[in-house]
Amino acid sequence: MENFAALIAASINSGTPLLIAALGLLINERAGVLNLGAEGMMLVAAIVGFAVAHQTHSPALGFIAGAGAGMLMATLFAALALALATNQVATGLALSIFGTGLSAFIGQSFVGQSLQGGSHGIPFLKEIPFFGTAFFDQHWAVYFSLLLCAGIIGFLYRTRYGLVLRSVGESPESAHALGYPVLRIRYFALLFSGACCGIAGAYLSIVYTPMWVEGLVAGRGWIALALTTFATWRPARVLLGALLFGSVTILQFYFQAIGIAIPSQILSMLPYAATILVLVLISRNPDWIRLNMPASLGKPFRP
Amino acid sequence: MMKISRRTTLAAALSFAVLGLAACGKKEEAKPDASAAPASTAAAPVAAEPFKVGFIYVGPVGDAGWTFAHDAARKLVEAKYGDKVKTTFVENVPESAADAERVIRDLANQGNKIIFGTSFGYMEAMLKVAKDFPDIKFEHATGYKTADNLAQYDVRTYEGAYLAGVAAGKLSKSGKLGIVASVPIPEVLRNINSFTLGARSVNPKATTRVVWVNKWFDPGKEREAATTLVGQGVDVLMQNTDSAAVVQTAEEKGVMAFGWDSDMTKFGPKAHMAASTIDWSGYYIKRVGEAMSGTWKPETTWWGLKEGMIDLKAFNASLSDDVKKLIAERRQGVIDGTMPIWKGPIKDNTGKEVLGKDAVADDKFLHEIKFYVEGVDGKVPG
Repeated sequence: MENFAALIAASINSGTPLLIAALGLLINERAGVLNLGAEGMMLVAAIVGFAVAHQTHSPALGFIAGAGAGMLMATLFAALALALATNQVATGLALSIFGTGLSAFIGQSFVGQSLQGGSHGIPFLKEIPFFGTAFFDQHWAVYFSLLLCAGIIGFLYRTRYGLVLRSVGESPESAHALGYPVLRIRYFALLFSGACCGIAGAYLSIVYTPMWVEGLVAGRGWIALALTTFATWRPARVLLGALLFGSVTILQFYFQAIGIAIPSQILSMLPYAATILVLVLISRNPDWIRLNMPASLGKPFRP
Repeated sequence: MMKISRRTTLAAALSFAVLGLAACGKKEEAKPDASAAPASTAAAPVAAEPFKVGFIYVGPVGDAGWTFAHDAARKLVEAKYGDKVKTTFVENVPESAADAERVIRDLANQGNKIIFGTSFGYMEAMLKVAKDFPDIKFEHATGYKTADNLAQYDVRTYEGAYLAGVAAGKLSKSGKLGIVASVPIPEVLRNINSFTLGARSVNPKATTRVVWVNKWFDPGKEREAATTLVGQGVDVLMQNTDSAAVVQTAEEKGVMAFGWDSDMTKFGPKAHMAASTIDWSGYYIKRVGEAMSGTWKPETTWWGLKEGMIDLKAFNASLSDDVKKLIAERRQGVIDGTMPIWKGPIKDNTGKEVLGKDAVADDKFLHEIKFYVEGVDGKVPG
């Protein structure tokens, strides 16, 4: 039973960075901006967060620095894609490549360093048998990610600002005609997304694997991007997808360790296959996809 | 060691092609002298022109593992020959034929006299470029094809794995050992098996569990795999992947671990028992020297403990003299050939005899291992 609780805990832990990053990306995509630079933003945030946490011995400062680094990268993207109206796909790819190189450059003197893993979890609650281990013995960022998800749902569907954000993603011309500052809203959405990707990157280098090596993020930025698409830009589905991806990732190792005879290559594929399958099944209604997909996603807007 | 795809994700293939292409940054380690002379000065006195040596790496030099070890050796080549050589390296070169060939051709055109390609996937590209540049010496790591100006070199990592296994067998209390493995190819299977043979030579009841992550480098996955193994009662971890995540996890979970490719003590001062480390410098210094003096030949080299290319090093202070003595004995035995690792009778884990009594495996046998030896749980994937 404890073993099962540990499995649940590990699944949540593994899905969290994806969830935080994907939720951020969902916001900028809802505002009509496609930023393929997630991997680069996460990498830069991972090394900046790690470096700060390493020097100050404060993981909290590391997270803040990571979020800041993500926002800086997002600003760079905004300067090109919003202010100069460059092609968003190309700019995003460039940001990813740039981030990969920049993080390696910043990280040169940190290669091979590691952080002390501190204790975390909710006091008292984590002592509860089973549930304590499974749910309450996690880093605060895990609970933050759930709050973030709830907050985004409330924001998008229950507030006026959420409606404005979505309208900017649907028809920037109309929003502009109504007097909304389209580019400024898109920039704020990008900043938010940068901060989220930054926190996700810092989570990887400070909590998940408290060390720095080049390419630490190992493709998770791309997975987060794919998650937002397969979840048809719905926050609750992003949550589901991220947790599903996390649990199948853990499950494949568990299957191997207990000796279930499924080829490991198939097991490696499972997280992707299962997540895509489930999300595609949930969102298979083409009308719903059209309804949820921001109509002007990836199209530059010139006021 | 072979490097197959290290960046396989859900993302679009296109984005990766672009990412991989542009991520290969080129760095020159040039001495600040006037060696930037164009081809027109080629007739200048020989002493003034340094001997140019090129390296192609599959990963970043900061990976703290495979590529890091190659680059450390490159620096030793420079230290050894000083101004007489000038080395250049290109890191993060994808193994796709087009990318690798372009980079190798570039290095050849720039006047490098000997070029080292340090990953399996460069083999075809090197073969192709070698044909077009008969005067340049090419060296390819971990492959099997040679030509008049293309040599092959590799390291017997399994000898390090064996010594780690001997120590693990002695140290484990539960007798359950765990390996976080990368990709099921003969080389990795050879390491898993040698580790297990080592462990069972001191504790016949020891068993090994393997979890494949199907990647050479993904700290997150390596960590999860290690955690899962510890959850199954494993108390000594071994890895055949490239990051130090396994050692770090072992430290947190209070179990033992062995470093791979390089000393990983920093990641787990208590957990890290020793590391199987690779040292390419002896080979690189020898081959560059031969290329300079004109005695270079296209040989196939497979060095191990004997030549110092692999060794179990960085012992933990907590290791008892007994264990250290045992390791030293076995090490000597492998080096002088009195205690070969792969000596029959050896059975695979279905009970079939793969090596008869007193038969000693030759290199061909070792290159074609596709089974688990007795003592490894589970089935070889694929």
